[in-house]
Amino acid sequence: MRRQSVPIVVIALATIGVAFFVLPLLGLVLRAPWGNAARSLSEPETLEALKLSLVASLSATGIALVLGVPMAWIYARLEFPGRAVLRALTTLPMVLPPVVGGIALLLAFGRRGLLGSWLDTTFGITLPFTTAGVIMAETFVAMPFLILTVEAGLRSMDRRYEEAARTLGASRWRVFAQVTLPLIGPSLFAGAVLCWARALGEFGATITFAGNFPGITQTMPLAVYLLLETNPEASFVLSLVLLLISLLVLIGLRHRWLGTA
Amino acid sequence: MSLEAAIRLSLGVLDLDMELTIGEGEVVALLGPNGAGKTTLLRAMAGLVGLEAGHVRLDGQVLEDVATGHYVPTERRPVGVVFQDYLLFPHLSVVDNVAFGIRSRGAGRRAAREKAVRWLDRVGLGSYASAKPAELSGGQRQRVALARALAPDPRLLLLDEPLAALDVTTRAEVRRDLKDHLATFPGLRLVVTHDPLEAATLADRLVVMENGRLVQTGTVAEVTARPRSQYVADLVGVNLLKGRADHGFVRMPDGPVVAAAGAESGEVFAVIHPRAVAVHRQRPEGSPRNVWPGRASGIELIGDRVRVRIDSEVRVVAEVTPAALKELDLDEGGEVWISFKATDVGVYPA
Repeated sequence: MRRQSVPIVVIALATIGVAFFVLPLLGLVLRAPWGNAARSLSEPETLEALKLSLVASLSATGIALVLGVPMAWIYARLEFPGRAVLRALTTLPMVLPPVVGGIALLLAFGRRGLLGSWLDTTFGITLPFTTAGVIMAETFVAMPFLILTVEAGLRSMDRRYEEAARTLGASRWRVFAQVTLPLIGPSLFAGAVLCWARALGEFGATITFAGNFPGITQTMPLAVYLLLETNPEASFVLSLVLLLISLLVLIGLRHRWLGTA
Repeated sequence: MSLEAAIRLSLGVLDLDMELTIGEGEVVALLGPNGAGKTTLLRAMAGLVGLEAGHVRLDGQVLEDVATGHYVPTERRPVGVVFQDYLLFPHLSVVDNVAFGIRSRGAGRRAAREKAVRWLDRVGLGSYASAKPAELSGGQRQRVALARALAPDPRLLLLDEPLAALDVTTRAEVRRDLKDHLATFPGLRLVVTHDPLEAATLADRLVVMENGRLVQTGTVAEVTARPRSQYVADLVGVNLLKGRADHGFVRMPDGPVVAAAGAESGEVFAVIHPRAVAVHRQRPEGSPRNVWPGRASGIELIGDRVRVRIDSEVRVVAEVTPAALKELDLDEGGEVWISFKATDVGVYPA
């Protein structure tokens, strides 16, 4: 076999690129105060942020599953005018600056917002600056990842299994629940994990729409950012925790991103 | 019990216009080349693709009638389907696959499971109940697919190329089993296939379709004795000519006239068995009425026979022994004369 000839310039540029990613991670690992890690992690403020992050991100993932899977199904299976526009609108948060998302949420669900003022005057429900607000902000930003992943799964599945189920007398709902969902299981899982990871790291929309109240709306990324000024070491440790979670997600989805090698 | 279907629909390049009946207790094979519309016809009967015109009636019950707007959705038709690559649900165990249809029709979990196990026993796979489809061989999957389709007690069973996914060695065995299982099923049975052997083994009656149209129907003996299309003639392995009969002759539209003993009048098919076609290097002497010069365009050894395709005014295939071929000293492209007797030409109305 002939050896692949390698252009020097490509190698050099790629090396710089790799270093650009690896050095910051290395810095985090090397500079983290490992000795104080346990103490930093067990501080009540840290624990609160960790707990809130988990509760909010898991709730956001749950909501995304309940609402996002039907949306994905409609995008994948129904032909209707405006479908492309609708899909673009509902996946916009993927490319929207999160702060803008947070402001948009305020204008819709804030106390003077489109729906928010009605919720406030009719039911006395206030969403911004509450834990529910955190969950909304995270769902808003993270759900598109689930929608697109599940839609791709629905499009690539062999629909003849659904036909086979129908010839066996299965109702539309039974086909969906017993055949379609299990068959797109891997996409469902990947979508949920991506969505959860995105929700966990959410910062801009959360701080804009829900604010930064410890124990109520201060999630891990917010805590990391604020601790950087008051207690950098704790901030490093929390960053490390988030890095670890991201790494686990990447490993969990390795078949999707790293190939099967 | 009977099925009566008139199905008209167009799908891409396919333009389907077929009538099909299946009588009480009958096994019908729908035979045709790839792309003839066989699978689409099957899907239309199952309600998976809608008709543009026509109807489907099963035991007098209207499953679909475009004229009156009747349409019974797939899941409520008493129709079982064995799909070409079986489509066993990969996430369910074998027994749950078989129980799926029974459950859909309203049976409880336990009752469905018990019935599914009985069906698995019937097809000889009782010990595989908890296996996943991926763990089974092709032949076993085929039997699970059959059990799954039959378990909800359909009145019409549709099988789409049931043996096509199998390799040649297992096909013969599975074909035998399938024939036995089909024999015990009391409903109507339709087997879609492009394999004439499969059609002949499994079915009482053949329905041949090409390009979305019915070509001919009849028992295996009837169809092989009187092919009505080039496709059927090729399957049977005979030469088929079409022309106008004229008292002892068949005049073909592009010129040649074939002497045929039985020809009277009207449009006819003329069939000549390749064994009846003699091949010579020189113009033959003697009695044969049909003699043409030509060129050997293809020579093919099949079993202990050699089939020589000859381009002449009438294009025919002749069948000779390898020894005769050697004696003729014939290669592809060689010049030959062909001859056959007027009494060896079978004639029947087109």
